[in-house]
Amino acid sequence: MLQIEDLHVSYGGIKALKGISIEVGKGEIVSLLGSNGAGKSTTVRAISGLVSIGSGEINFKGIRLKGMSAHKIQKLGLAHVPEGRKIFSNLTVNENLLMGAYNNRDKSDIRSLLELFFRRFPAMDCKREQLAGTLSGGEQQMLAIGRAMMSKPELLVMDEPSLGLAPLVVNDVFNIIEGIRKEGTTVLLIEQNANAALKISDYAFLLENGRILLEGTGVELLNDPRVRAAYLGGAEDKADSDK
Amino acid sequence: MDFSFATQQIIYGLTLGCLYGLLAIGYTMVYGVLRLINFAHGDLLMVSAYVAFFGIIIFSLPWPLAFVGAAVLTAMIGILIDRGAYKPIRKSPRISALITAIGVSFFLENLALVLIGGRPKSFPTPMMFNGSLTLGQLKIPVLSLWVLAVTLVLLIVVVTIIHRTRVGMAMRALSRDIETVSLMGIDENRVISFTFALGSVLAAFGGVMWCMKYPAVEPFMGVIPGLKAFVAAVLGGIGNVTGAAIGGLILGLAEVLIVAIEPDWSGYRDAIAFCIMIVILLTRPTGIMGENLPD
Ligand SMILES: Nc1ncnc2c1ncn2[C@@H]1O[C@H](COP(=O)(O)OP(=O)(O)O)[C@@H](O)[C@H]1O
Ligand SMILES: [Mg+2]
Repeated sequence: MLQIEDLHVSYGGIKALKGISIEVGKGEIVSLLGSNGAGKSTTVRAISGLVSIGSGEINFKGIRLKGMSAHKIQKLGLAHVPEGRKIFSNLTVNENLLMGAYNNRDKSDIRSLLELFFRRFPAMDCKREQLAGTLSGGEQQMLAIGRAMMSKPELLVMDEPSLGLAPLVVNDVFNIIEGIRKEGTTVLLIEQNANAALKISDYAFLLENGRILLEGTGVELLNDPRVRAAYLGGAEDKADSDK
Repeated sequence: MDFSFATQQIIYGLTLGCLYGLLAIGYTMVYGVLRLINFAHGDLLMVSAYVAFFGIIIFSLPWPLAFVGAAVLTAMIGILIDRGAYKPIRKSPRISALITAIGVSFFLENLALVLIGGRPKSFPTPMMFNGSLTLGQLKIPVLSLWVLAVTLVLLIVVVTIIHRTRVGMAMRALSRDIETVSLMGIDENRVISFTFALGSVLAAFGGVMWCMKYPAVEPFMGVIPGLKAFVAAVLGGIGNVTGAAIGGLILGLAEVLIVAIEPDWSGYRDAIAFCIMIVILLTRPTGIMGENLPD
């Protein structure tokens, strides 16, 4: 569904991505892990057309994305939940969702998509006309995901959806991601929360300093000592065993 | 100062205020979406005045057609200014855009000077806008009634578009986050063009009515009204459409009433607006209806 080949991206002189290759198959959940500044956001922003591709190729459903503007890429069926949620705080909850379905002219379809969202998140039902900026962090994340799903995407790209959320809410987010995949949407998940991400991933890539350090199935990476050491609190395990 | 004199002056003040308000709405909408003070906006007053003037005088169009033509052409020029001057530097620092805006303003003024010449042309005000109604001691110019009515209708139309339509929703979203709007599959430049077009149409109506009130059409006629409309937009809370209209009314009233009370001050007419601006910036920079914007 999505192929990235030898992607390079720089900001001015700073090389953020130094040749990465990633593949996401239809129906999968693929995770892209890495610490702060590894280049995860840069990768997904290149996919969505928010930053320009230096060299390399990105293909989505066999269509070349290089040089395409963000709004055209979305119309191909690729929705992007940006880092930090980026809900429209001055719009109501309803309007935020409608923004996601902006190019859908079928009113009854939009209505059923809205109802689907409110059925999935009944707690939001009484907040339809509330300004989105007044929602809690968790609710804003649900709204950001719901807004993206309003376009009925084939591929959903999520940039750190669990960032800054309470542990209980983080659980909800990962459950929702699994639910989305079950309903047939492919997911590319960016996370720092490697443990939770790997548990639901079919395949994962570990990014460091703009390069892919490791890749493998979720289970493989979960058991990889290097991943454990760097991202899964392996250092603490070691400290424990030293005692 | 008796009652009818005061009422008379208030009518004059409101009329002038409406014209400032029409222009201020365009300023405020573009600022709301792009955080750009489009200093060329005032010159659209001049553009529409010339289009209407030539439509009537040279092409002998009936005035309604000339006025509609002025609105359409001014809207197109508004879009062109954005596409030609601002879009290429959308990602540059804001100061570049500001300097560009001043450049576009000089360009339009001097282009008019070269193409048309600097001698003021007398605007052929259609008969039906002349004259006034007498109500007791009160004389209400017909034009004032038109200005008030047209402004009110346009304000309602604009507020409805912003709050009740799809493109209006996109405009509001754009004012917070252009990038995320593009992630929704929306061509942000089309929404921006629409914003410029809407603001320009209002400026065009303002321009034509301005010319009927002060019938001299010349290349620099938009400068002072433009600056005052900018003050009105700041006064009302820049980014807020209703605020811009209210700011315009306050400014128009202040200008007319202060001079009516103290005729010796008539020479300082233009200074009043800028004094108001200074006071606002010192005491309440977000204006009357403004919200606190990030950064
Ligand atoms: N707009 C930008 N301008 C300059 N450098 C940037 C910009 N955005 C990101 N970077 C740099 O690119 C690298 C990768 O950043 P990013 O993709 O945001 O990492 P991550 O999402 O993995 O935390 C970092 O070194 C970061 O400082
Ligand atoms: Mg990031």
